Amino acid sequence: MLEIKGLRATAGDTEILKGIDLTVRAGEVHAVMGPNGSGKSTLAQVLAGHPAYQVTGGSVLYQGRDLLELEPEERAQAGVFLAFQYPVEIPGVTNAYFLRAAYNEIRKSHGLEEVDSMDFLDILEDKLKLVEWEPEIMSRAVNAGFSGGEKKRNEILQMAVLEPKLAILDETDSGLDIDALRIVASGVNKLRRPDSATIVVTHYQRLLNYIVPDYVHVLSNGRIVKSGGKELALELEARGYEWLEEAVGVAS
Amino acid sequence: MSSTVESLVNKEYKYGFVTDIESDVAPKGLNEDIVRLISMKKQEPAWLLEWRLKALRGWQKMSEPHHWPNITYTPVDYQSISYYSAPRTKTPLGSIDDVDPKLLDAYTKLGIPLREQKLLAGVAVDAIFDSVSVGTTYKAKLAEQGIIFCSFGEAVREHPELVQKYLGSVVPLSDNFFAALNAAVFSDGSFVYVPKGVKCPMDLSTYFRINTAETGQFERTLIIADEGASVSYLEGCTAPKRDENQLHAAVVELVALEGATIKYSTVQNWYAGDEEGRGGIFNFVTKRGKAAANAKISWTQVETGSAITWKYPSVLLQGDNSVGEFYSVAVVNGRQQADTGTKMIHMGKNTRSTIVSKGISAGRGQNSYRGQVKVLPKAEGARNYTQCDSMLIGNRCGAHTFPYIEVQNSSSSTEHEASTSKIGEDQIFYLKQRGLNTENAISIIVNGFCKEVFKELPMEFAVEAQKLLGVSLEGSVG
Repeated sequence: MLEIKGLRATAGDTEILKGIDLTVRAGEVHAVMGPNGSGKSTLAQVLAGHPAYQVTGGSVLYQGRDLLELEPEERAQAGVFLAFQYPVEIPGVTNAYFLRAAYNEIRKSHGLEEVDSMDFLDILEDKLKLVEWEPEIMSRAVNAGFSGGEKKRNEILQMAVLEPKLAILDETDSGLDIDALRIVASGVNKLRRPDSATIVVTHYQRLLNYIVPDYVHVLSNGRIVKSGGKELALELEARGYEWLEEAVGVAS
Repeated sequence: MSSTVESLVNKEYKYGFVTDIESDVAPKGLNEDIVRLISMKKQEPAWLLEWRLKALRGWQKMSEPHHWPNITYTPVDYQSISYYSAPRTKTPLGSIDDVDPKLLDAYTKLGIPLREQKLLAGVAVDAIFDSVSVGTTYKAKLAEQGIIFCSFGEAVREHPELVQKYLGSVVPLSDNFFAALNAAVFSDGSFVYVPKGVKCPMDLSTYFRINTAETGQFERTLIIADEGASVSYLEGCTAPKRDENQLHAAVVELVALEGATIKYSTVQNWYAGDEEGRGGIFNFVTKRGKAAANAKISWTQVETGSAITWKYPSVLLQGDNSVGEFYSVAVVNGRQQADTGTKMIHMGKNTRSTIVSKGISAGRGQNSYRGQVKVLPKAEGARNYTQCDSMLIGNRCGAHTFPYIEVQNSSSSTEHEASTSKIGEDQIFYLKQRGLNTENAISIIVNGFCKEVFKELPMEFAVEAQKLLGVSLEGSVG
């Protein structure tokens, strides 16, 4: 589904990704871990096409297409979804309106008809249950005045509605209390399908107790320095990141 | 980011066509003879000619405002403009059926069909083409309830007592440079009178169109809502694309007698000039309402056009318990400049005013909010709430706020809130990541920003307004 080869990227004059190789197949969950500044959020943003980063080398194939050639909205329409670490507020625009606009844009790109607001309410009903929310949330402005936890839940609701093929969760666990973490994680788990894949970017192992990964990758100084199964996350939790960085001789 | 701004700025102006129609155009220049000519063409009574001449003499002693407004423009050469242009007709217009088909086509192109069977239900239209009214719809139906809705010229002929009583009663002829100019040379406009206790059953609308080159448009609108009456009035404007600037100096006077309500909505989309700032309309307009006891005047404006906008729709809150409102969206891009806002003058007891201003600046546009809230000594218990928000798109534009608050009564309260935000790369990226293209992303953000104003617009106008911002309006679901 996703094949990243030698991916390098800069922000301004600073090189952040220094050659990433990663292959993700349908049905898999990959965790990308690493200390602050290792480049894991940058990787998520670059895959989604954030204009603040310039790709300087390597390639990314997504479902056989050159992902890097696509505009951010084309990537979204092709099924790439990024759950943001810091979701943006849009005052005056209701959650329902925004989400229906996004849903319809994606439908249109697949040659499907737009759904009207009544039909969309039906679609929403089940999705709201997934994140244990009442419909009232839909008439509030997008993320405006939302708590940190509500914002993250809203990301998962959007993911549930838009049904991506490749979901990238960027530090979705940060700032969540244990109840919100449980709701968010169970939402993500219920959305797992054999034909879709998930990349979970996180600093802590905590989230991975709920969303169990098939593979864990450790990012350090712009490179993947170790890959393994889910037990690698536990080892990191116990020993921290430093031993690994020392072991592979990463100059920071 | 720059492509974002470009796409917004470079949107083609749809209404830039010119209608090829023979016109009677007065010789260029302004002097007493021209004023006499206009008055004669319009077969006006002597008192009105005298009024015009008085205004002209006053105007000749005044000077164009260049210092206090936050706009820069080359002084207008008032002697190179023609002050009267009328589509040539063989006979006086009796009804819409007598109107030149070319004119009707022009309005159809603008989306304003004048034939009544094609009209949107519930809106009566008066169409002003250059200097004259080309037709007013639904007149007969309104007359059944005693409502007068006609061109200004017709009102002068048919209802001189009303015109003489109220003309200049809200905006005196020497009020300011452009108002004095208008008083001297105004050509036509709309007139509305709603009798005591009558609620006007449909929205009334005027559509202004400048067509002829090197002419100015100087229309005058007078709306009187008698005691307990109410009326909702809509105004729309477009002009052809031309390389030179054209002057639009209108005056609108609203008179709301005791317990009356007037709602006045504008969607202004005059040609804004090209990307380099060539051409476009100078929109120098004086709009003011006078509210008697328990009366309410509400201004709603969506200003997206004009090279320069200079206007401050205001309310004189004379009567006790009267209410004034101002809801505004002003958009500048390209090289547009806007200096706009309102004045709320609290004179009566327990008078209330609300000001909600949304300024959007893109391209190299400069947008200024200028507002005055004045509470006079007798205005016990007066209240004002002002909210003034600015949004910046890109980094070559500007937003400025000039609030003036003057309170002379200690029992009153005024509140002022202001904010400035920038549509950032992160905001646009977030929406793009959800599958929306840049244009839609900006539309959604801008519409959300303007929501409080758009919800004040009558339905058809709200649709028009969002179309102007190139969007589908917010709020259909939740």
